[in-house]
Amino acid sequence: MTSAEKKQLALTAVAVREGILTSTHGAKAGHPGGSLSAADMFTYLYFKEMRIDPKNPKWEDRDRFVLSKGHTAPGLYSVLAQRGFFPVEDLPTLRHIDSYLQGHPNMNLVPGVDMSTGSLGQGVSVAAGMAKGAKYLGKDINVYTLLGDGELAEGQVWEAAMFSAHYKLDNLCMIIDLNGLQIDGPTKEVMNSAPVDAKYEAFNCNVIQIDGHDFDQMEAAFAQFHANKGSGKPTVIIMHTLKGKGVSYMEGQVGWHGKAPNDEEYARGMADLAAIRAALEVQ
Amino acid sequence: MSEIKKVATRESYGKALAELGARVDNLVVLDADLANATKTDIFKKAFPERHFDCGIAEANMMCVAGGLSTMGIVPFVSSFAMFAAGRAFEQVRNTIGYPHLNVKIGATHGGISVGEDGASHQCCEDFALMRSIPGMTIMSPADGVEARAMVMAAYEMQGPVYLRFSRFATPVFHSEDFQFQIGKGELVQDGGDVAIIANGILVPEAIEAGKALAAEGISARVINMATIKPLDGEIVLKAAKECGRIVTVEEHSIIGGLGEAVCSFLAENCPVPVKRIGVNDEFGHSGPAGALLKAFGLCADNIAAQAKALLNK
Repeated sequence: MTSAEKKQLALTAVAVREGILTSTHGAKAGHPGGSLSAADMFTYLYFKEMRIDPKNPKWEDRDRFVLSKGHTAPGLYSVLAQRGFFPVEDLPTLRHIDSYLQGHPNMNLVPGVDMSTGSLGQGVSVAAGMAKGAKYLGKDINVYTLLGDGELAEGQVWEAAMFSAHYKLDNLCMIIDLNGLQIDGPTKEVMNSAPVDAKYEAFNCNVIQIDGHDFDQMEAAFAQFHANKGSGKPTVIIMHTLKGKGVSYMEGQVGWHGKAPNDEEYARGMADLAAIRAALEVQ
Repeated sequence: MSEIKKVATRESYGKALAELGARVDNLVVLDADLANATKTDIFKKAFPERHFDCGIAEANMMCVAGGLSTMGIVPFVSSFAMFAAGRAFEQVRNTIGYPHLNVKIGATHGGISVGEDGASHQCCEDFALMRSIPGMTIMSPADGVEARAMVMAAYEMQGPVYLRFSRFATPVFHSEDFQFQIGKGELVQDGGDVAIIANGILVPEAIEAGKALAAEGISARVINMATIKPLDGEIVLKAAKECGRIVTVEEHSIIGGLGEAVCSFLAENCPVPVKRIGVNDEFGHSGPAGALLKAFGLCADNIAAQAKALLNK
């Protein structure tokens, strides 16, 4: 990846974060914390990694993405809008009574959403089903899914892991957003999921750990995912992230899991992001 | 007495899958370590590469089916009714029902005729659970012939379907050329004094009850309501208007199943006295299927007795 490409991705990620603030502010509700921690990954997936066509969202041979941590819909919507699946101007209608941007993703309403999710633990199984389907059809389709670390407490996540390894779904990439916080507090205190890497290794997965805010590491991880095909092992990318990343007062704060910024907080958050953009532009 | 052919509808289900599988290649079958009991092993034998055992993990299996369906594949997902509708309810609701995916749930071992396994495996709540999901089509065949026809019809339609099959072998009364239509009740026997609306393996019992009533000069109409949702309101309304008394019969809790669907419809459209025969808000227990059905009043004798009692009210 060239430095110019990397800079462009970083600028896009700022726009995605702005969309997260704009949509949750417009909704007066929603989940900014986990949307922001995954914003860089959303950006990399939709602008670099996945084979998709915003003009043809139902293209049969596209790569698939399932947001297993469906509550971070603001992050997904924001990146889809930036990528041209629907107008960025619609983001503030999030969760409004007449909006197609439901509180959790609805595949039948939002262009680019491959699966309706929201109930934790289920999306990853759907992704496994898609990967199995792609293999059944003999198609070279990659399936990506994003889980939260709190979500790992759902037993179904491990049913899905067992299924994926059993059926050798090496076209499946399960990405874990290890931001360490969930609604009731630090994941370590609520329900400790550690060690996540050893668990997935024991489930016969190809485990890669990265800094979830580093595009170079994402590039290397996905290269490893593709190189791993033929091994029969599903890939797990554990990305270490900072919840609320990019918005100073949200960073590392449990309280910003599921709360929208008020007018004053919105202005401060947008100013934080404007500063990040300005710093990037002089690079 | 002539020999009556008896078949378990689960057996017909497995055979129908294999028959359909030979015709279409976008059909796959999922099971949760029960292929031998659900009879999807018949399909597995014919098409091993299209049968995905998911292990004892029904929640994952339902969602895997959802994912497969988004790829243009038509999955038939099987387990016992208790686990398909019960354990995996929320997966069916959120991942299959909400997005209205083209997944066919083939649940076997419905009702108390599961027999010896006892209450933990006797699902008498599945109709109630599935009825509460918007857009879910729910069917239960009265015999092996109808079971086969139902599998074909479920494949042809778009959208989620819940099919309930039985473990217990029961009489086949449909002829091989029987035409099945989703959402249409079947007039099995005409009559004008009382209407017996039944489904599943209790339809043959309802037919027998009708004969017993006829011997006593009571003309009973017998309707096979193989589709519970969407309910055929037309045939229910006609029965209410022409017979004035209705008995519902199902191998399910009297709460939330066919009886309640009929009552809800009639309450708003044509209130008439109704007697619901089913499992009366209690759990089942172990025993041979036939004896259990009798013990719970799910038999011709009790249906006839209840119909008479209703007429005398």
